[in-house]
Amino acid sequence: MEKMTSPYKWGMVIDLDRCTGCGACVVACQAENNVGLCDKKEIAEGRDMHWLRIERFWVGEYPDVRVRFLPVLCQHCHDAPCEPVCPVYASYHNPDGLNGQVYNRCVGTRYCGNNCPYAVRVFNFYPHDWPKPLDNQLSPDITVRSRGVMEKCTFCVQRIRRAKEEAKGEGRMVRDGEVQPACAQTCPAEAIVFGNMADPQSRVARLSRSPRRFRLLEHLGTHPSVYYLKGGGREHV
Amino acid sequence: MSESHESYSSHESHKTNGTHATNETKTVGQLNDELLSSLRPPTRRWYLLAFFLGAVVAWGLFAFTWQVTHGMYVTGKDRPVMWGFYITGFVFWVGLSHSGTMVSAILRLSRANWRRPILRAAEAMTVFSITVAGLFPLIHLGRNWIFYYLIPYPNQRGLWPNFRSALLWDVTAITSYIIGSSIFLYLGMLPDLAVVRDRSHGWRRKLYTVLAMGWRGTAREWVVYHQASTLMAALIIPVAVSVHSIVAWDFAVTVVPGWHSTIFPPYFVIGAILSGVAAVITLMIIIRRAFHLEEYLTPLHFDNMGKILLVISLLWSYAYFVEVQTTWYAHEPIEWEVFSFMANKYTFLLLLMLVGNSLLPITAMCFKRLRRSIGVMLSVSLLVNVAMFIERFLIIVPSLSHKNMPFIWGSYRPSWVEISVNIAALAGFALLYTFFAKLFPIVAVTDVRELEVREARVPLGRAEVPTVAGEE
Repeated sequence: MEKMTSPYKWGMVIDLDRCTGCGACVVACQAENNVGLCDKKEIAEGRDMHWLRIERFWVGEYPDVRVRFLPVLCQHCHDAPCEPVCPVYASYHNPDGLNGQVYNRCVGTRYCGNNCPYAVRVFNFYPHDWPKPLDNQLSPDITVRSRGVMEKCTFCVQRIRRAKEEAKGEGRMVRDGEVQPACAQTCPAEAIVFGNMADPQSRVARLSRSPRRFRLLEHLGTHPSVYYLKGGGREHV
Repeated sequence: MSESHESYSSHESHKTNGTHATNETKTVGQLNDELLSSLRPPTRRWYLLAFFLGAVVAWGLFAFTWQVTHGMYVTGKDRPVMWGFYITGFVFWVGLSHSGTMVSAILRLSRANWRRPILRAAEAMTVFSITVAGLFPLIHLGRNWIFYYLIPYPNQRGLWPNFRSALLWDVTAITSYIIGSSIFLYLGMLPDLAVVRDRSHGWRRKLYTVLAMGWRGTAREWVVYHQASTLMAALIIPVAVSVHSIVAWDFAVTVVPGWHSTIFPPYFVIGAILSGVAAVITLMIIIRRAFHLEEYLTPLHFDNMGKILLVISLLWSYAYFVEVQTTWYAHEPIEWEVFSFMANKYTFLLLLMLVGNSLLPITAMCFKRLRRSIGVMLSVSLLVNVAMFIERFLIIVPSLSHKNMPFIWGSYRPSWVEISVNIAALAGFALLYTFFAKLFPIVAVTDVRELEVREARVPLGRAEVPTVAGEE
């Protein structure tokens, strides 16, 4: 892990016991980040543009079958496999521990997408347009990407920036819970918690110390910033 | 034909294999006439061929334009499989480019004289195939129009490319190899250009005058020429090895199961030489037929190339065995899944690859009779190259299809755009070659003649001695 140069280390905890798979986070993410709208044909080809997806899997044998949900977004790895392979530094690491993506710099080699073990990097295959009323709700805080670039979850970096600027103006740190990405804000079950991992008292840091915690594909040594809390009660203990 | 060789190469004092049937009555002029016959004005068949190849290239350009104007969705690439036929083509053509170095530089340094009539053809093949290979990554980019971001150029934003990325090593290696192999080709062609300069007129004379750089054939020029070409031959070999190792690192430095393997660099280099040698054999047959060089490209050459093919194929089989073996022994579930997926979904391709790269060359090339048969050599070399293309495909696609998380497993099918561009690349390579063969001597005239001089024997008292003691 790199030496920290910032008092912030943004992280996320997702409680799988609380997730109902409603998909509100997916829609919120789409609306917040100007993610391209895909039609039936594009989705059938598997070229949907969601930065956050909900994986569904089944647990148990019939008739005692339960469905489980796993929201997968960019894990913001501290040793991110996507970063060293990008030939133009479009994929970079910012001091807050975020895994950034410079859309204007990306030439579309898709090398990062291949090397991402979580397959959360989304390539923009189609030239997207927003039909009439929807174009009015495009966020002015974030670019509308052209086709041919790699896109990804940024933990709503535009919100983080704004919160940090406001805090800086008032001469303080960003308070716990002051900034939330769209998915965490929207989650009706509060399954997604976001905050500063570098502050041991923050809610996210306390949750990440839970005995139920795990991280995806931890054996690869990518050190993700997203912690999951094991769900499922009995059959998972 | 072959008998004259054997008698020729059985000279005790000569370790050389001999290049062609020596005919004492043949003058230098006649020899030049025969070897430079490819430079005669193009026939109607040549025009037809060039037109056909040009049409295929134009179709490929149309497909590429289609992709640029519409977007990457016209290719078959998808979320888990972000690389496909373009990178397959890239790795394949980079591999093919190893033939020139193999045949020309390695055989030059090992003083195999039989290489002389084929070395020019092989060197030209290196230059053209690495050029074609270099185009693929550019075609493959999502935003081709800003490809120059990959080049380290000084700019006011102070932005540099990422030197940690294997793709940048690719750019560096391929550029070095294009420059190096072009110099190698040109340097070796210098005395030949002087020969054709003296025999041509019109615009061709002007062209060759410039290219020959005032070569007169003085003793000093020859000494420098020999030093330079030997040095260049020694220098180009590490570049060639590094180029394909770097292409292998594109895969090996990732964390993708099935790619993350230490055998990749040597395995890729061996595979490259295997496809390169096979391509040289194909080319030898075509050139021999097209320019009536039966006297110079004899079964002996095919015999020797067949032996090389046999050795390289054995090496390749071993490398492939090692790759599968280590995965099998470790039995890492994710990696093993990639292999079983490949075996299940691409059974036919896998078998074709094993037959074409391993089984067929190893069994067929063991027999002298088969090595000396043009028909057998043509079919074996073509099949080796088809199998090598499949091999590259099977390295890239199954690994990406079945990466770490089962949720996002997918598949890949090339679209008409990708297939068109790949076919056009083949046609473009052939077109460049067609023009090269009409414009420049396709057989290294001076090298062949040099051997003639070296092997000529002059009477000294009662004994016959060679005119020149040794090479270089």
